[in-house]
Amino acid sequence: MLRYTLKRLIQGVVTVWFIATATFLAMHSIPGDPLTSDKAVSEEIRKNLEAKYGLDKPLLEQYGIYLTNMLRGDFGISFSQENRSVNDIIREHFPVSATLGILAIAFAGLGGILFGALTALYRNRLPDIVIMFLVILGISVPSFVFAALGQLALVNLNDLFGTSVLPVAGWGGVAHMIAPSLVLGLGTMAFLTRLMRSSMLEIVNSDYVRTANSKGLPPTRIFLKHQLRNAILPVITVLGPSIAAITTGGFVVELVFAIPGLGRYFVEAVQQSDYTVIMGTTVFYGAFLVFMVIVVDLLYGLVDPRVRLE
Amino acid sequence: MISRLGHTPHAPRPRAAAGGTNTAQPKPQPVPPGTGADIFNKTAGRDLLLLGLAAIAGFVVLMAVLAWASEATGGGAAEDALDPATGTITVALSTEPPQLDSTRATDMVSGQVLGHTMEGLLRYDQFNRIVPGVAERWEIGPERAVFHLRPDARWSDGTPVTAHDFAFAWRTALAPATASEYAFILYSIKNAQAANIGDVPLDAVGIQTPDDRTLVIELERPTAYFDKLMAFPTFFPIKQAFYEGTEGRYGADAVELLYNGPFVITRWVHGASLRMERNPHYWDHDRIRINAIDHAYITSDINAVINLYKDGKIAMAGLSAETLEDALDRRWNLHRFIDGSVFYIGLNHRPERPTSNLNLRKAMQLVTDSAELVYKVIKLPGNLPGESLFPVWLKGVSGYFRQEYPAPRPVLDTHRALEHLARAKEELGYDELPPLIFLTGDNPASNKQSEYFQEVYKSRLGLEVKIDRQIFKQRLAKMTAGDYDLVLAGWGPDYADPLTFGDLFASWNQNNRGRYANPVLDEWVAVAQGSLDPVERMEAFDQIQKIIHEDVVILPNYERGSVYVRDPRLKGVVRRAVGTDPDFTNAWIDG
Repeated sequence: MLRYTLKRLIQGVVTVWFIATATFLAMHSIPGDPLTSDKAVSEEIRKNLEAKYGLDKPLLEQYGIYLTNMLRGDFGISFSQENRSVNDIIREHFPVSATLGILAIAFAGLGGILFGALTALYRNRLPDIVIMFLVILGISVPSFVFAALGQLALVNLNDLFGTSVLPVAGWGGVAHMIAPSLVLGLGTMAFLTRLMRSSMLEIVNSDYVRTANSKGLPPTRIFLKHQLRNAILPVITVLGPSIAAITTGGFVVELVFAIPGLGRYFVEAVQQSDYTVIMGTTVFYGAFLVFMVIVVDLLYGLVDPRVRLE
Repeated sequence: MISRLGHTPHAPRPRAAAGGTNTAQPKPQPVPPGTGADIFNKTAGRDLLLLGLAAIAGFVVLMAVLAWASEATGGGAAEDALDPATGTITVALSTEPPQLDSTRATDMVSGQVLGHTMEGLLRYDQFNRIVPGVAERWEIGPERAVFHLRPDARWSDGTPVTAHDFAFAWRTALAPATASEYAFILYSIKNAQAANIGDVPLDAVGIQTPDDRTLVIELERPTAYFDKLMAFPTFFPIKQAFYEGTEGRYGADAVELLYNGPFVITRWVHGASLRMERNPHYWDHDRIRINAIDHAYITSDINAVINLYKDGKIAMAGLSAETLEDALDRRWNLHRFIDGSVFYIGLNHRPERPTSNLNLRKAMQLVTDSAELVYKVIKLPGNLPGESLFPVWLKGVSGYFRQEYPAPRPVLDTHRALEHLARAKEELGYDELPPLIFLTGDNPASNKQSEYFQEVYKSRLGLEVKIDRQIFKQRLAKMTAGDYDLVLAGWGPDYADPLTFGDLFASWNQNNRGRYANPVLDEWVAVAQGSLDPVERMEAFDQIQKIIHEDVVILPNYERGSVYVRDPRLKGVVRRAVGTDPDFTNAWIDG
């Protein structure tokens, strides 16, 4: 177990290094740099700026400096917000994205398992048909549409009640979290529902369920003990990457609901060629994703005793 | 009622229509109806429901815990758009202000925040006139300018604002190590440019402080518009002791700034909110009628901003072509203003490019219809068809420049255009011109406009135009490298003098990215820069205006207007082309 964990961690570090290198090269190969700005500056000032940020050095040297600093956990200063370090940006804004992401995942996981079980339960009957229709909708409609529609719905809701039932945008309290986390989790929930449904249906016909049934066990017990636990395995497998996808993919939702999350910085940095923020957020999110996958693999052994890791 | 716990023996109830067999099947799927699926009955369904309710309860608990944990990261926004009781107005910001160190700020949002929290020697009033700020009187001559500071100007820590604070800020902006992008705006001060590029020490810059309340500026050359520069953020004061105390973090947070303007920042949660409150130490605080401006939301999503306005959470919102119809349906009172910027098609004048050929440029000019663009393509009220590099709001000798010196009238003539094109092909040695590269931004508005022009040049001149969409920085990089023929470009003013546009196509100007070079135009720019005679200056601008038209340096598209909605109870908001915009320092809440 320990050896396995160690091996996975080393693999993870190599993956993160690869992500960092690929991002570094891609970033420097596109035209323009963070110092390109609306107002053209004279050669002298440009040289000063380049010297200040170390962009006057050869690319290989910049890469070396960058990796060394990264190992020390220092991602440098943002180009577009010159007073803020990338570490500060991650520290201040990742918790917001994470909060939103945890809620969205909780919502998606619970809803997915619940609705998946329900559709399997009522297979080919009305609840199944209705839910599966919504699932197709949930998978195919992009989140920015849901975000915009969701917000509009809130406006109309508040209008209807003549008072602020739920805030339309902003961040700060429980009320602010409900709508964006629902919107953010919707796609994943739809996906998980489908996954749960097929895995439930697979298990319904298995021998141990049949045995439990013929033993005369109460259905509730069969459902919770024998089916849910087995059916949930594939769901856990995708949950890890989903968590990372949701916490990183919240850009649109964060923008629409005016939420100060890291996703916004992640995307805006690319538009502004903000080298340090691009590198910092990409490496951070990359490491996060790799970490989540490892955690899920380890969790697997706990949920399913048949899976023994070496 | 059947017991929820399901102690009743389980009785399979095959569905009539299904009627499946009960034979065992080795494969798990498909499930034969009437076997596995019916192992669950309604009892299980109810249990599932119970489980669901428990899950929702857990979800709520989780939410509460997270809300408690993330209290510090938000805007704490629950207030309404206007609160007459506390004198608070709530609005949205499009982005977080990237730079509140006035020596290095370059963008509109930082300018807006600084315009409310700082004050220069002079400022613009609600009628856009230059009025006294920290300076109570001043004299500007051909060689030097003297500013006399008022005795009651105070920093937000209660200490007086002195001439040294201005000298320190300006020298800091000029220091090569600061690498301020706006250092050039100080270049009319003696030796400023030389100090900025490191040729002379900062002490040699012509800024003197004979006493705390007198600032003497030696000028590099006579500068007719020097008073108008004083309202620009780069000229705002900074207290040296405070600046040094922040150890390089000046402007990074609310507490890392010292204010001398009408408001102070009391709460700034990065990316989430920025709240300003009235500054009790501001010398003219009686003029300020609101107590707080709460920027409770930060988002660039224009639909989200409109939704917040509909919900009564913010007092002002900008409109786009998409949201305009909704606004009209709701019978909102629309406000509009010219935001000062001029947009045009920039042409690449580098000799290796086909667009360096005057006949080709003339041909394009004769089919470019800016009125059609504004009224049929952009279709957003407030925009004016572009006719000149100089926008209509610029002041001339005594009235408006464009009224005193009208722009050459645009002529549309496809027939003549084709003649010019034929000549251009001959001169360039082409039977058929290669496709022109049209560099544009990557957004819906740019797409619409560039596709319109692509169609215009194709149908009227038979010219092939290839659109090259690039995000902002990449577009600038390609412009600087000269990797284009046509580009959708624009220019916004820094100060209220025609020179802010007039020197744009001087051969020495770094922002002249099409590398237009004309010694005659350069000479007129020099006249406009150095003369103190208003008539002589305006005539120089008129000459520049004519050259730009006759030599087809650019193809003007439009002067940008903005349309916005405002809570009718909010009065006195000033929107302007140059200076702090929007300006709430004269605002009040009615009722």
